[in-house]
Amino acid sequence: MKKSGEKTMAKGKSKRKRYNLDLPDFNTERKPTWCPGCGDYSVWNSLKKSFVSLNLRPHEILMVYGIGCSGNGANFIKTYAFHALHGRTLPVATGAKLANHKLTVIAVGGDGDGLSIGGNHLIHTCRRNINLTYLLCDNKIFGLTNGQAAPTSDRGLRTRSEPSGVLEIPLNPVLLALASGATFVARGFSGDVKHLSEIIKKAIKHRGFSFIDILQPCITLDRSNTYKFYREKIYRIDELKNYDRKDLDRAIKTSMGEDKIPIGIFYQVEKPLYEDELKQIERKPLVDHTITDIDINRLLNRYY
Amino acid sequence: MKVSNISWKLGGEAGSGVLTAGLIFSKIFARKGYFVVDNNEYPSLIRGGHNTYTVRISSSEIFSINKSINILIALNKETVELHQDEVTYGGYIVYDDNVLDIGDFKKARRDINYIMVPFYKIASELGAPGVMVNSISLGVSVALLNYDLEMLKNVVKDIFSKKDPGVTNLNIKLSELGYKYIREKLKLNAYELEIVKPAGKILVNGNDAVFLGAVRSGCKFYAAYPTTPSSSILNSFASVEEDYNIITKNAEDDIAVINMVLGASFAGVRAMAATSGSGLSLMSEGIGSAAMTETPIVIVLCQRPAPATGLPTWTEQGDLLFATHASQGEFLRVILAPGDPGECFYLTGKAFNLADKYQIPIILMLDKYLSESHFSYDKFEFKNITVNRGKLITGNKNIDDKYERYADTDDGVSPRAIPGVEDGIFIANSDEHDRYGYTDESSYNRKTMVDKRFRKIEKLFEEIPPPRIYGPTDAEITIWSWGSSKGPILEAMNILNQKEKKVNFIHFTFLYPFDGEVIERLLSETNKNIVVENNKTSQLAKTITMNTGYKIKNKILKYSGRQFLPEEIISGIEKIE
Repeated sequence: MKKSGEKTMAKGKSKRKRYNLDLPDFNTERKPTWCPGCGDYSVWNSLKKSFVSLNLRPHEILMVYGIGCSGNGANFIKTYAFHALHGRTLPVATGAKLANHKLTVIAVGGDGDGLSIGGNHLIHTCRRNINLTYLLCDNKIFGLTNGQAAPTSDRGLRTRSEPSGVLEIPLNPVLLALASGATFVARGFSGDVKHLSEIIKKAIKHRGFSFIDILQPCITLDRSNTYKFYREKIYRIDELKNYDRKDLDRAIKTSMGEDKIPIGIFYQVEKPLYEDELKQIERKPLVDHTITDIDINRLLNRYY
Repeated sequence: MKVSNISWKLGGEAGSGVLTAGLIFSKIFARKGYFVVDNNEYPSLIRGGHNTYTVRISSSEIFSINKSINILIALNKETVELHQDEVTYGGYIVYDDNVLDIGDFKKARRDINYIMVPFYKIASELGAPGVMVNSISLGVSVALLNYDLEMLKNVVKDIFSKKDPGVTNLNIKLSELGYKYIREKLKLNAYELEIVKPAGKILVNGNDAVFLGAVRSGCKFYAAYPTTPSSSILNSFASVEEDYNIITKNAEDDIAVINMVLGASFAGVRAMAATSGSGLSLMSEGIGSAAMTETPIVIVLCQRPAPATGLPTWTEQGDLLFATHASQGEFLRVILAPGDPGECFYLTGKAFNLADKYQIPIILMLDKYLSESHFSYDKFEFKNITVNRGKLITGNKNIDDKYERYADTDDGVSPRAIPGVEDGIFIANSDEHDRYGYTDESSYNRKTMVDKRFRKIEKLFEEIPPPRIYGPTDAEITIWSWGSSKGPILEAMNILNQKEKKVNFIHFTFLYPFDGEVIERLLSETNKNIVVENNKTSQLAKTITMNTGYKIKNKILKYSGRQFLPEEIISGIEKIE
């Protein structure tokens, strides 16, 4: 590990060619199968818009998908894709990013995937500040299995698995990410693609781990958290006076408000990037190292 | 007395430096060219409890430690209580009457010599802490063997090279005092080893050998969660990260570990993880993910006894059927089980090549005994490990217009592009998928893909060697075993064959996939078959039955948390007859 403060700047930022790709360049041969009106369409569109506007090409991007409705997106966006096990997007994304940090790596998964079965990985990935983006498609329910409570389901919500109502309090994903040390924490709303695309774009550009909680009503299974409900409750953090994105206390307080629902970027700071502290990949990604005839003579001598 | 080999055991309280002293003792003989095998035993504690370190040294090749101890050094009372019966006729017990009363022990065994050395008094006279008495014991031992004190001092210097020079010098001084106490005060000389041709030998345990093999093989990403007995591999990797451009990740749990390894391998680097059986339980689903996405991974399974936490610092070969079946669904994998550190080294190289060539998960099985026991070797011929990455596509040159990552090929292996290759885009899909990786649950596709993935077995069988046969071909008795039991069995076989009993030994290092036809042929050529396994339920014998229908009825099984000693195998075989 290098001494802190001894930061490596991205070397040789040569002017990149403009590729002028369009949204359909990121479509696969498969048409999405989500329910009409599902928020996953908004995420799909927002991602593609962000890629176009960031001048990224499909083969430069790795998307890691979880299991759930959003995970089925693996089939619909043309990039390299790893459809991981349930809850395991972040460790797969971490391994891939460390193996080739030149890739743009984005993990996408639902609230059940990322907060229930995969919750541990979220906490530790936030601590790590690897240059990854994580989109949490938060519909507050298990959709693909037809409606059981998720960690974000409201207390009292009657579901197939909790017919008398959920007894736990819902987890606040934004607060969890802030508490765990993420350096970019935001919330988007699937009903506002323009705003969501902007956040995703900023998240990808952020040097560090970026987390976006995306509110998206499950139009098939959830009668309470509807588009109408969200539209009435939502306000933009940008509209708050003197909001400083570097102020963690303010971010935490804002995330805890109970009446209204803030969307936008709660918190963004620059901190040492995990990859920057690894001397092994200072010159080139791990994947570019030749391995055909590694001399271990020196190493063997340790064992005399 | 001049001898060709001796066994030495040091025992003391955990935290009293027994493990360090034992390693130093092994090294001073390996460096001179002796054949050395050692073994340590310790409870799952940092302080307290009882530790031992056993070293067997020989002027000719040996394969295991044995039961008879020539010199027992007791730094506490338990050492004599627990191990006095292992001391051979005419052997020596070195003790300190400040820590134990030898009277009753002497009465119990009058055929051995008792040497009082005031370890703690010598240490305190020099102002050294009690933990350093181990250095005195090394000087004492070297003197009793009329061995080379300078060699001891050199190894102590090397082992403590990262410590304060004051600490190193104190340890050297204590060694000298121990040496002088025997040579000058007691004027004793217990044994003298036959002289060997000078040849520096390296001293490695199974974990070291796996690590060395992995570095040579180009493993660039190593992830692990600390768990005995695999942790030393993590520490070794961490110590060379920058020298060899390797990323080591100590992850939040074993689930993260295997998924990070999957991500790294998918992105194009050779990646490995090591764990114990408890970690493999957590990794099981990930093994299936590797199989489904056809992502090569190497998992090192360092077995320990029992389900749950069990006996974390002891040994057993209890996970064979678990490793061959871990994770749901049917899929191809390779299970390898090296028998000694040398095999650990070369089979790790093989594991990476098999993973890449067949795009499947490989599990390399060690156990606590093999992971932590040191063996002496002439330097490994590392050039014998070569790198074959199979059908890997790292650039746009060798790619079709319409690239099919999961193309239904003749040998079942499809060309694998890595992210970043312009025309190689695909989905590594944990859902059943078609030749591009798109989710496809149709019955035709399901059958096609299962057949494609299993078709790899044909080529795989061609490069999996049959089990190796040791000893005479025309034996009356054939021992069948696998993995780490190799050493004690070879020792037992050699002794039995000296008694004109014809015994040979079939040793499996490749355990899955299992070629039943090859084994049937072997079974047709043997007479009396005996299976020897360090487990309760004879899992190799079961595997043979599953694949051939043949039942090996004679079994020598041990599941006390300790590995076999050659003497136990000999008496087991004598009982069966």
